[in-house]
Amino acid sequence: MSIALAHLSCRELVELVTAYLEGVLPAGARKRFEAHLSQCDGCSTYLEQMRTTIRLSGALRVEDVSPEAERALLDVFRGWR
Amino acid sequence: MHRASVTVALVEDPGEARLVERLRAGDEDAFAELVRTYHSSLLRVARLFVPTAAVAEDVVQETWLGVVKGIDRFEGRSSLKTWIFRILTNTAKTRGQREARSVPFSSLEDADGTFEPAVESGRFTPVGHWADPPRAWPEDRLLSRETLEVIEAAIESLAPAQRAVISLRDVEGWSAEEVRNALDLTETNQRVLLHRARAKVRRALDRYLMEES
Repeated sequence: MSIALAHLSCRELVELVTAYLEGVLPAGARKRFEAHLSQCDGCSTYLEQMRTTIRLSGALRVEDVSPEAERALLDVFRGWR
Repeated sequence: MHRASVTVALVEDPGEARLVERLRAGDEDAFAELVRTYHSSLLRVARLFVPTAAVAEDVVQETWLGVVKGIDRFEGRSSLKTWIFRILTNTAKTRGQREARSVPFSSLEDADGTFEPAVESGRFTPVGHWADPPRAWPEDRLLSRETLEVIEAAIESLAPAQRAVISLRDVEGWSAEEVRNALDLTETNQRVLLHRARAKVRRALDRYLMEES
């Protein structure tokens, strides 16, 4: 375990977070990443904050289209078809 | 590139084929469904390419017209969504060039260059362990209007390429593949841009949430 930790510092881990979340870390690196996480509160908190950041960014999405805009577009559709 | 095989994998969605048929038949409900699904995303993406919200509105109008006119020629070689957004990005790029103030999308390619650390180096010891580890954020404040405004402002202040990628991936929920196709990025560049963008937004959130707690 300590050998795995020695291979990956906290500073290195934070730079691998996106690759980890994207699922593109090679198996060996992924094992070291997870071994480090299991023993490091700071990095676990960091990863959790990154997940929260992603989730909250998704909350910015606006789904509504105004009724006027929708009506105008339907007129375009009707005119063309 | 393995792009072609991925494009093939996107096809053959029976629900989508049905939607396309309804559009071709002039079914207004089908068009309204499409508008509700994509209109605000189209506006947001258009805004990445052109200087003002008004121009973005024009570009999206033109895109919908392109969709209506072109649906008979849609061959299903990509998903409907990819096809619609390709019309948008082509329209927006043309318009952006005319406005002469477009996002320099050639700059998307040189994502590397200087190294920007995800976390300020002062928060680590010389051997790279946390000197000042992140502390848990106060749960009760995460979903406040103000917190979301902090995120929006942080995204707004990013360099154009980083803003484009995080907006599509995390705000709009696109896949890495869709973003790479729309912005013409390599897999590595897409990931580097996303990594830097997310790190900056996290830092902005951390500063905001920790200063007042």
